[in-house]
Amino acid sequence: MAIVYEKTKVLTDTPLHYCPGCTHGIIHRLVAEAIDELGIQDRTVGIAPVGCAVFAYNYFNCDMMEAAHGRAPAVATGCKRVNPNNIVFTYQGDGDLASIGAAEITHAATRGENITVIFVNNAIYGMTGGQMAPTTLPGQVTTTSPYGRDPALCGYPIRVSEMLATLDGPAYISRVSVHDVKHILDAKKCIKKAFETQIAGKGFSMVEVLSSCPTNWGMTPREALNWLEANMIPRYPLGVKKEVG
Amino acid sequence: MAKLTIARETCKGCGLCADVCPRHLLELSKEINAKGYHPIAITDQGQCIGCAFCARMCPDAVITVEK
Repeated sequence: MAIVYEKTKVLTDTPLHYCPGCTHGIIHRLVAEAIDELGIQDRTVGIAPVGCAVFAYNYFNCDMMEAAHGRAPAVATGCKRVNPNNIVFTYQGDGDLASIGAAEITHAATRGENITVIFVNNAIYGMTGGQMAPTTLPGQVTTTSPYGRDPALCGYPIRVSEMLATLDGPAYISRVSVHDVKHILDAKKCIKKAFETQIAGKGFSMVEVLSSCPTNWGMTPREALNWLEANMIPRYPLGVKKEVG
Repeated sequence: MAKLTIARETCKGCGLCADVCPRHLLELSKEINAKGYHPIAITDQGQCIGCAFCARMCPDAVITVEK
């Protein structure tokens, strides 16, 4: 019998602390598989965020650093410039990247820093208990928008990929989802493409991954993925937003 | 003929694998694991086609597929 599928060696054996059905685990696996398949494990450095993925350094079997909240792209910039042979990626949630880290991500992108950003967008603050995030949808109930997000009061969610794609610096930006197997396979291709962009020295690459938060959305894992497909994808269309040949 | 191996102790019983199985062969066990979850189990190994949809969907990478 041949192995059709097994856990990649770029993930450690540490059990993930994420809630049951949280798609962080799927995204970790896709990033690790991309690193594995590209044969770059021994020169890859990951930068962990603040948020649910704060313990990412326990899970990736490569060099990892922990950044202050939102500052992962700044840490990655230093890491990459000091040793350009390193393959440097950040792994950030929407509370980290789109809110407190909005300046760092925007300037890293416009400088065209040759790093890869994995941006996990689940439209809510997970670790702190389900507060409204910059990416929370209009009408979405969170602990700080108990009657649903009111755009007249709180403004509209930010489409980070489209916003960054207007800049001249980025070489590759795409948005993917992990709500079913087909989209998981597509997400893997895009994550691999982002790393290849960095390996080729083309500049800044980012993949935004639409993700679920069953616990704070108050749904079962399957209901959460159905909600993602029905509500998040219309607001955050999938696809390649920018690609420089 | 395909074979699934499930790491019962790291499974959190989220059931996403069961939703994507084209043969509907996966269901939660009645027993609980050390973490208190009902881990997933395969009901009929002989019917498994080894498509690995379950393993690709699993957030905790608990499933190994051989064929």
